[in-house]
Amino acid sequence: MNRQLFAPGHTACVGCGQSLGARLVIEASGPNTIVANNTGCLEVFSTKYPESSWGVPWIHSLFENAAAVASGIEAALIYLGKKDTVNVIAQGGDGGTADIGLQALSGMFERGQDILYVCYDNEAYMNTGIQRSGLTPFDANTTTSPAGSASSGNIRPKKPMPEIANAHGIPYVATASVGFPQDLQRKVKKAVSIKGPKYIQIHVPCPLGWRHEPVQTAQVAKTAVEAGLYPLVEYENTRLIAVRKIKPSPVEEYLKLQGRFKHLLNNPEEIKKIQEIANHNIEKYNLRVTSSEKNLSTEC
Amino acid sequence: MREFLEGSQAVTRVVKLCKPGVISAYPITPQTHIVEGLAQMVADGQLNSQFVNVESEHSAASVVLGAVATGVRAYTATSSQGLFYMGEVLFNIAGLRLPVMLTCANRAISAPINIWNDQQDSVSMRDCGFIQFYAEDIQEVVDLHLIGYRVAEDKSVMLPVMVCMDGFILTHGIETIDMPQQEEVDKFLPPYSALYKLDPERPLTMGPLVDPEYYMEMRFAIQETHKEVIKLIPQITAQFFKVFGRQYHGLIEEYRTKDAQRVIVAMGSVCGTIKEVVDELRAKGKKVGLLKITTYRPFPHQEIYERLKNIPRVAVLDKALSLGSYAPLAVEVKAAFFGKKKQPQVISSFVAGLGGRDITKDSIKEIFRLLTAKERACEFIDLKPELLKETYE
Repeated sequence: MNRQLFAPGHTACVGCGQSLGARLVIEASGPNTIVANNTGCLEVFSTKYPESSWGVPWIHSLFENAAAVASGIEAALIYLGKKDTVNVIAQGGDGGTADIGLQALSGMFERGQDILYVCYDNEAYMNTGIQRSGLTPFDANTTTSPAGSASSGNIRPKKPMPEIANAHGIPYVATASVGFPQDLQRKVKKAVSIKGPKYIQIHVPCPLGWRHEPVQTAQVAKTAVEAGLYPLVEYENTRLIAVRKIKPSPVEEYLKLQGRFKHLLNNPEEIKKIQEIANHNIEKYNLRVTSSEKNLSTEC
Repeated sequence: MREFLEGSQAVTRVVKLCKPGVISAYPITPQTHIVEGLAQMVADGQLNSQFVNVESEHSAASVVLGAVATGVRAYTATSSQGLFYMGEVLFNIAGLRLPVMLTCANRAISAPINIWNDQQDSVSMRDCGFIQFYAEDIQEVVDLHLIGYRVAEDKSVMLPVMVCMDGFILTHGIETIDMPQQEEVDKFLPPYSALYKLDPERPLTMGPLVDPEYYMEMRFAIQETHKEVIKLIPQITAQFFKVFGRQYHGLIEEYRTKDAQRVIVAMGSVCGTIKEVVDELRAKGKKVGLLKITTYRPFPHQEIYERLKNIPRVAVLDKALSLGSYAPLAVEVKAAFFGKKKQPQVISSFVAGLGGRDITKDSIKEIFRLLTAKERACEFIDLKPELLKETYE
């Protein structure tokens, strides 16, 4: 492969997890891919006219309609008899996916269209300046869920998007993390090999919004997984087939790396609530590694 | 071949003849018969098209956007709230220069909710970049779809088209139609060939972020194209005449205006009623006429100026409002005389038929009667003053 599918030189922030995620995704899917992109950081930093990072055909229409635009692309490819040779990816950020774009995404799932939807989850509206989204975690300090004397940040946990995707009965749903790039690419390759709608949600740290050191992007992502706050799970036909096993570390290990949770560090009661979220995940997905297992993705 | 068809049925027949590869729409009255008909054609194997059932008009418009961006001809239809819900996407389709075809079955806008006809929906979308045609009868609806695709897909244009047909009056009305034959359509409308498309063989980026350095020029280019469309439409309708034998100017239509002292300017099915009244009044020796506007976007300012400059009294009939200002079509007709020396002595503005109130022959006669030396702005016809006095305690 000579051509770069996602070229450097774009205008993403230093340490941007989403740019890393986007490159891993498109390189796993390969050159015979058409991408429909929601409005958001990725669209803005990768396509500032007259330049573009994209070495595949790529279209941006609006904030909330990538899933529907991709549906039109898929239908057109079927009409042209080309669908079997071309992957269609729709992608967006967490707001474009779980909030404003949820209806279009649900429609795409329900229609059974042969499209991989990728959600780059940086857990807030970063492009507009760190406002909370439906995927902002509990207690995170954002510009519209600020911590203050009467608030400890975002009042609700993350919307369970993988479960919402699964409720549509689609053939493949997975979470991934830029902290585990090989696992991420394996999931993308698997997803595009399956016919029908697929959903992959990728945890992509945002140094600006999460207020961590840009060099720590991969570390922050890994720590989220290891704390049980971002379980890496994989479903086929709604059945959980694999999880990444962990030796759970305390959630403070993750929280203390980031300015968005700084207000919690002297607040053990709130940290306890976040630990409970992690514990719930660990139990629900059976994440804890047993003595006979290695710290690896394991079949359920 | 002459056939007795419902308006919606006639649309499905002509859309089938245009061979769209992708069709997507969402149910809304009074548009639904159109997409039901197309769905049945696909189900019966008569139409080789991908029919994408969506969860909203926003997605219907997005699906046809994606399909045309991939190089495939596409079709959608909607009405009223559905058109508004598409609104964001419509601006985007035009900005991306994608020649989508949309049929708008004109219907009033909520609130209060009302499913009957006026033209508030498409008139409100006048700034979105779509070329807009308004049909007088079902035959014209059919023909404007063919003309519309040709104009939209012309390499010098590459803009979307909206064919507006009055809801119920035309969608559910029945007329004898000269339905074009497939060979004729194939002769007139070649297969769609995109200038640019999403193709892994030749990757390109569509819809990038454009900063102040470049944005104005891209918008300017669309505005300039609309000027070219004004010149192109009469050329395309001339070609249409050669193939199908039906003659349209395309931008406007004059009806007994030559020596007229009083002329009504209007769009859509009401023009049929106006023609009848004109004939009646002419029989009584009154010098009256009609100027029908077929193409509302781009707005044919020059044509209107030429046709009306020597008419003493002009009435503009709107089936829509621009709440808080003068009626939209009236404003634009007046603007046709901006900076010109010759103009009518009076250009009066009338509003009628909102929310499906019948515009009868008496309504039209009332407009002619009120078209006096006194210029009227936004004068409502057939208003019921007694309803305005009702109070609730």
